[in-house]
Amino acid sequence: MSERIPVLRIGDVLLVSVQFDLEDQTVLNLQEDLAEQIVATSASGVVIDISALEIVDSFVGRMLSTVAAVSRVLDARTVVVGMRPAVAITLVELGLSLGGVSTALDLEKGLAKLGRPVGSAPR
Amino acid sequence: MTTPWQAGAEPRSYPIHRSSDLVHIRQAVRALSQECGLSLVDQTKMITAASELARNTLVYGGGGAVRTGLVGADARRGVAAVFEDAGPGIPDVEQAMTDGWTSGSGLGLGLSGARRLVDDFDLRTAPGEGTVVTIVKWVR
Ligand SMILES: Nc1ncnc2c1ncn2[C@@H]1O[C@H](COP(=O)(O)OP(=O)(O)OP(=O)(O)O)[C@@H](O)[C@H]1O
Ligand SMILES: [Mg+2]
Repeated sequence: MSERIPVLRIGDVLLVSVQFDLEDQTVLNLQEDLAEQIVATSASGVVIDISALEIVDSFVGRMLSTVAAVSRVLDARTVVVGMRPAVAITLVELGLSLGGVSTALDLEKGLAKLGRPVGSAPR
Repeated sequence: MTTPWQAGAEPRSYPIHRSSDLVHIRQAVRALSQECGLSLVDQTKMITAASELARNTLVYGGGGAVRTGLVGADARRGVAAVFEDAGPGIPDVEQAMTDGWTSGSGLGLGLSGARRLVDDFDLRTAPGEGTVVTIVKWVR
């Protein structure tokens, strides 16, 4: 049995907020859930909030790149928001460039990047 | 490299047999890094390096253990972690330490990246005998 992170839907954007250190299987589950949900909900965007994450290692980094690539193939865009400065520094030194992953400093900027300014989402 | 564990503070050993063990190891290394007074960035680097090496122990070494604790030498303080497995060993260390080289489906960044993230990095391995990787991050 393994945990699953809830995927919220706001309009046509899927929102995932990672709140705690994830086990590898949970990371893989999230990757699959997002791909399924993009198709099931015809989402045009995915926002992954990692502001609570104290570290991002190559495993999680690879998941972020994969989700970005998969969403592109499924005609949706992914934005990773809230990366801590120490995490960013560490990722660069680790050698993980997160190429192809679009990022924003916070949720509001992330939604704006998807053309969904806060407040414009249907209620 | 013999690890100069800090007197009176025995290192603790954690098993690495399943992926949930990696979560516990990251927590343990985080607690030690904070206790030791590493800066936030250095804590993050040390935990990330430990996560990479623990996953290698699990995936390639067939499981093993890590000993982690505070170290002291001269007037320096730091956090050390020693990852040990009795797996197949690494036949070509230079190749394995190259950015982007993987024998599996990884990104090939764990070993080379971990070395960049820490201050001391020591890898001992012999084909058929296993692998021991020791890392230390010192307080600046
Ligand atoms: N403990 C170990 N025992 C045996 N082989 C190992 C061990 N650690 C690493 N290796 C070998 O070294 C290679 C490089 O390791 P490294 O961690 O750099 O990359 P990776 O694990 O393949 O990918 P990534 O860590 O980026 O997901 C591995 O593919 C594996 O062949
Ligand atoms: Mg690795």
